[in-house]
Amino acid sequence: MIIAFTLVLLFAASDLPFRGDPDNQMNQEVSMTGTEVAGNYYIQEAYHDAHTPNIVTVILGDYRSVDTLGEQIVIFTAGLITFLLLRNRKEGEEDDE
Amino acid sequence: MTNKSSSPIVLYGTRFLSPYIMLFGFYVIFHGHYSPGGGFQGGTLLAVSLLLIRIASGTDLAQLQFKEYLTTPLAALGVVIYFGTGLTALIMGGYFLDYEELPIPGLEPAYLRYWGILIIELGIGLTVMTVLTLIYDNMVKGEDYA
Amino acid sequence: MLDFFMGHYAYWFTMILLAIGLYGMLIKKNLVKKTIGLSIFQAGVILFFVSVAMKWGATVPVKADGLPVSEVSNYMNALPHTLMLTAIVVGVATLGVAYALIIKIYNRYGTLDEEELLDKIQ
Repeated sequence: MIIAFTLVLLFAASDLPFRGDPDNQMNQEVSMTGTEVAGNYYIQEAYHDAHTPNIVTVILGDYRSVDTLGEQIVIFTAGLITFLLLRNRKEGEEDDE
Repeated sequence: MTNKSSSPIVLYGTRFLSPYIMLFGFYVIFHGHYSPGGGFQGGTLLAVSLLLIRIASGTDLAQLQFKEYLTTPLAALGVVIYFGTGLTALIMGGYFLDYEELPIPGLEPAYLRYWGILIIELGIGLTVMTVLTLIYDNMVKGEDYA
Repeated sequence: MLDFFMGHYAYWFTMILLAIGLYGMLIKKNLVKKTIGLSIFQAGVILFFVSVAMKWGATVPVKADGLPVSEVSNYMNALPHTLMLTAIVVGVATLGVAYALIIKIYNRYGTLDEEELLDKIQ
């Protein structure tokens, strides 16, 4: 079954556009439905909006800041989960035996 | 895993390396506007510098570098820094996390965004560093009683 | 033919990584090995997104002197980089939770093998 899955994935990957072609649909100025593509807007306007040369930082901290807040809360929750799972080992063992 | 490494070379080598890794972590956070870097990567480097001492010299000795009970409050402080920045912008009359409304005088809006991004990256770095340390500490503590 | 290979070998490589990760998650009986399979699967997804963002003749998305930002083909697409940056850190947090659960299971049942675990639970 895994071999079949791999063959399906390889066949599907053969139909993808060439890697690194600047004329891909994803790198066009206007998408198929006639709207602007977000990636180009970020590249063109990031330095003008925030005076920060690193475009990834501007997207992370400014355009998608609410998303990043969610990610940070996920990390914090994961830390709290390990804290709550693994504290009080002695009491847990007394309950088991 | 409280038994420390028996070789003094490992102990002194990690003690020598740890401050430089921490310094590089701060560089990655604060220079993230001009080169690849930012809060997530810099926080991970800071956590590495803490975990190196913890693995090499045991958890008890590493309390001298970074206390274990500090991790959870500092992680919460990182979230509060991020959320408080957004809330300040909201109170001052803008949208949530709209840095143009931050109450820092004498700066044009683009540079306000610059400083706002730096503040939230500090919050992210603090949270990532303390949460990774917290996960390691709790895993060691859970293993001790096995 | 060579063009077709050069345009697609990165995709095929990530698909093979996905298959290895799925094999680890489905076939292996040890819970730690299953977690390693999950991590390999995640690495495949991340590599796929980053390889999609690549453009020939472009540089990293940091504004450099002499390369105007109005010409989009000078810089790679920065959006997948951002998404994968957060996905990596969330993956580390997820791995931490998974290992916490595994330690808890081992402390209680004394084994990590899936079939032995099922026998002991019943």
